[in-house]
Amino acid sequence: MPDNKPIAVAMSGGVDSSAVAGLMKEQGIPIVGLTMQLWNQRRLPELAGESATGRCCSLDDVYDARHVAQHLGIPYYVVNFEERFEEQVVKPFVDEYLAGRTPIPCTLCNNFIKFDQFLELAAGVGAERVATGHYARISQDEITGRWQLRRGRDEGKDQTYFLFGLTQHQLSKTLFPLGHLTKPEVRGLARQMGLPVADKNDSQEICFVPNGDYAAFIDAYFRERGIDRQQTHGEIVDTEGRVLGEHDGVHHFTVGQRKGIRVARSEPLYVIETQPSTQRVVVGHNTDLLRATLTARDVNWVSIAQPPQPIRASVKIRNKHAAAAATLTATNDGVHVRFDEPQRAITPGQAAVFYEGDLVLGGGWIE
Amino acid sequence: MQEASANPSSIHQAGQHARHVLETARRRTAAWLGCEAKEIVFTGGGTEASNIAILGFARQRPGTHIVTTAIEHPAVLNPCAQLEKEGFAVTYVGVSRDGVVDPDDIRRALRPNTALVSLMHANNEIGTLQPIADVITIAHEVGVAVHCDGVQAAGKVPVNLRALGVDLYNISAHKFYGPKGCGALFVRKGTVLKSVLYGGRHEHGLRPGTENVAAAAGLAKAAELATATDPALRDRFEQQMLALVPDVIINGAGAPRLPNTSNLCFPGIEGEAMVIALDLRGFAVSSGSACSSGAVEPSHVLMAIGLSRKDAKSSIRISLGASNTEADVDALAEALSECASHLRKLSPEYSHAG
Repeated sequence: MPDNKPIAVAMSGGVDSSAVAGLMKEQGIPIVGLTMQLWNQRRLPELAGESATGRCCSLDDVYDARHVAQHLGIPYYVVNFEERFEEQVVKPFVDEYLAGRTPIPCTLCNNFIKFDQFLELAAGVGAERVATGHYARISQDEITGRWQLRRGRDEGKDQTYFLFGLTQHQLSKTLFPLGHLTKPEVRGLARQMGLPVADKNDSQEICFVPNGDYAAFIDAYFRERGIDRQQTHGEIVDTEGRVLGEHDGVHHFTVGQRKGIRVARSEPLYVIETQPSTQRVVVGHNTDLLRATLTARDVNWVSIAQPPQPIRASVKIRNKHAAAAATLTATNDGVHVRFDEPQRAITPGQAAVFYEGDLVLGGGWIE
Repeated sequence: MQEASANPSSIHQAGQHARHVLETARRRTAAWLGCEAKEIVFTGGGTEASNIAILGFARQRPGTHIVTTAIEHPAVLNPCAQLEKEGFAVTYVGVSRDGVVDPDDIRRALRPNTALVSLMHANNEIGTLQPIADVITIAHEVGVAVHCDGVQAAGKVPVNLRALGVDLYNISAHKFYGPKGCGALFVRKGTVLKSVLYGGRHEHGLRPGTENVAAAAGLAKAAELATATDPALRDRFEQQMLALVPDVIINGAGAPRLPNTSNLCFPGIEGEAMVIALDLRGFAVSSGSACSSGAVEPSHVLMAIGLSRKDAKSSIRISLGASNTEADVDALAEALSECASHLRKLSPEYSHAG
């Protein structure tokens, strides 16, 4: 392999990863731009609307990434990750919804695609480290040498909630050059560098689901695969078990949801839980959504080793949640989290991520 | 060439000159292919030519049956798929482990209403030469016409269309260092095609639109300059690969092949990573077939010769060009062997002990 090993930049065609490539190129670091083709947007044509070309992995995004690479004069390639993405992200995403949980495909993608198979591919082409446009910071404990994950400086853009699964090995191979910048600063730098995507809109949350309509995506995915949807149809019940109506699929509901419950009531109803075994959706009042405890499974301790004693931490139960004070107790079957104040809509399938200040202690999947 | 900038259909002298340049190119191309100038239709490339041939021949004969193979280029497979939507029946004949179609399989695929057999002269991915002469004989015995996609063969192996007796044959200029976006379709005298494009009467109405005079002249010139490649360089390269890399497989090794093509399978490696690693070292090779985004999809040709999806993705294609030297192939062999060993070290499934 060449002596001056390049760093692989994961380029999506958006402003963040383009700015990463631009900044590293300016610093004279040898880089190679790689775009992962994750999902074929021509699939599930019934979902394609006017927004079809604006979505992730559309030809427009690849065009933009290539344009940036040409502008910067860096080697650039598109790599096909469609099969791996479907296997590791899309199928589990669909299965989780059917199992009554609300999954986070971005975390699966980070754990199994971007910081796993992509890292491996980068090593294969001769790049031992990868840089991405995530808003997060990586540091190293001077005494123990342990790699640490920290929130990005831009609190509104911080993406550590999706990165709690990173291992020590992965952190040692990763660079987040935007972690100390704010989004406006990144846009400013992109404009200064004359990047053709400097004013491009931010991408949406789930890249392969058009307009955020995940239920329509799941329905279309089933139709494509010839799976009978009747099996997801069921009853809407109240917290006492009284049948209030019917629904056409548990995957249309997520805990805390208010819209789409077609039951007439004087006061607003919210989804309290979905029960995949009986296909039931339980609805109730807003106060029924409050819980003080949760158990997190498959916990990854990121910046610290598993604590032998209960510890205090701030815990986020979804990306836009304001981290709440809690006591964590690590046990053999997961981490028990007891919040000081009950939290609204603790949702199975989402992640519980533990923080101490800006340090990401670890995280796991809400049971 | 500036002098030939006028429209060759114009009455004025400048137009007449352009016409002269175009017709000279046609005569030279015909001489090179062993046919008559009137039988050459200039097109905007090989894909356009095979579409005009297959769609044009079939649509003139509604409700008929077409025989082709599983290893054709998309420029043949996709017009055939379109014909299926239009009510035609299409049979896709399989190939041997070495990537060669058995003429008897073609014979067995023929039906009373078969109108056309479309078979490539040489495969674009593994370079295997197909028994086109035998297939033409078999088809003609029962009055079935034959189209040959000669894009990969023309310029690399001698072609004599008159001796071959083929009915339709198409080539692409850039495959022998001519301009991109220019091809030619041979239509044997008396072969009737329904036009797939509607416009003026240029190129017998089969390819309406003002002719690309400069490109046609470029095609003819490139054809005359094309020299048969010596397989010695490719053989030297393959010998080195076999010596340097454990478990390397040469796809199509047992069949007659184009002299410049080598398709290698490195079990346990990701072909895509190999291609990128080699490009970063200055070697331009390819893997699978490029889709619209530039990402690689597993090759339908390699799967047709019996490779697993995984092995198809572990294969790369090396095409040697006119300027390559022994030093070039030696350097490539060394780089390939280093990359293969590096990638295998990273590969969880490749165990040397196995």
